[in-house]
Amino acid sequence: MSVLLALDVGLALLVFAVAAWTVFAPGAFAATVGYVVYGLLLSLVWIRLFAVDVALTEAAIGSGVTGVLLIGAAARLRRAGTTTAEETPSGSTRLFAACLCLLVSAALAGVVLLLPDQGPTLAPQAMERLPETGLGNPVTAVLIAYRSFDTVLEKVVLVLAVVGVWSLAADRYWGGAPGEARAERPEPTLAFFAQVLAPVGILVGVHVFWVGADEPGGAFQGGAILAAMWMILMMARLTEAPQSNAFWLRLALIAGPVVFLAAGVAGVAVAGGFFAYPSGLAKPIILFIETFMTFTIAVTLAMLVAGPPRREPRQ
Amino acid sequence: MSLILDLFSVAAIGAGVFFFLAGTVGLLRFPDPLSRLHALTKADNLGLGLVVLGLLPRAESLLAALMLVAVWALVQLAGATASQLIGRAVRRKGPAA
Repeated sequence: MSVLLALDVGLALLVFAVAAWTVFAPGAFAATVGYVVYGLLLSLVWIRLFAVDVALTEAAIGSGVTGVLLIGAAARLRRAGTTTAEETPSGSTRLFAACLCLLVSAALAGVVLLLPDQGPTLAPQAMERLPETGLGNPVTAVLIAYRSFDTVLEKVVLVLAVVGVWSLAADRYWGGAPGEARAERPEPTLAFFAQVLAPVGILVGVHVFWVGADEPGGAFQGGAILAAMWMILMMARLTEAPQSNAFWLRLALIAGPVVFLAAGVAGVAVAGGFFAYPSGLAKPIILFIETFMTFTIAVTLAMLVAGPPRREPRQ
Repeated sequence: MSLILDLFSVAAIGAGVFFFLAGTVGLLRFPDPLSRLHALTKADNLGLGLVVLGLLPRAESLLAALMLVAVWALVQLAGATASQLIGRAVRRKGPAA
């Protein structure tokens, strides 16, 4: 058995072990920590499968942003306390859920094992037309050129998620800022950390977005890093979360999908097709769209984590 | 020359792995949160530092080498901050919390 094969088998076993631990963890907070570790291990698995783009997304979104969201949810559940004890599902419900999960896993495993050795693939066609887009990273070409309409809809879903979170606000807080009023003094350690990290992190986020045209990276991963920097600045209380009725915020939330759709519609007039890019100009147009997408993704993810408005709007 | 560099890599990475192992054992065996944090920071700082040192001669370019060092520096910063915050929380609430 070669060293790499041993490493892969060990990694797979570790992923299974951490997944099981997450399911059986004693509390919501412990389960969340298990889930974050699970996501980081999974991104190592994606790297071993040579899918670096997926690995970056898994680490940034699957593990990072979702982890912060879940920790926030666990903290709120802990404060809610007794009400959640009554809502804990009964043993039979859990057993039923476990059976359904096992069934889905078994079906997926069956499908994967029954696949022919040479699965159906569009990869050769994707690589063949890659020069026409001017990009070097086929994943970015798939996302922004080959199936751009799917990507637009994904971004619209993100905006809808923010609308959903904001809808949880009480009527009198509608339009206000998320989070409690800042009465406490900022934590000096965290403030120092945010001040040192944010400039570096913003640089890394922009870099990951920019190299996405030719190398692993892209709007989603870069946007997630930028969002993380804003979250850290808000957590360190160096900046306040904006009011949810701020015009610039609303504009920032829709800028990505709107620019993307406008480019798609312009394609009808200029290049003869919905989401067709004129040849030779494809790369600058794609980068232009991605710039707005990165910005919108960063603002959207940060607002998702900031949560529903909990302060009355200032006039 | 390459043999010497290889030996250097193996020695440094081996030493780094030893610190990670020692840090993990400390994390599992030490009695209270503050000494567990102490064990953890050794793995982060020295362990990762030695692994990065061992990987430096194998970096493809100067930029890649600088990125490795930057990763180590960022982990140091994050580790130190997290340890401070956990330590402060432990002192405020008492080790039983």
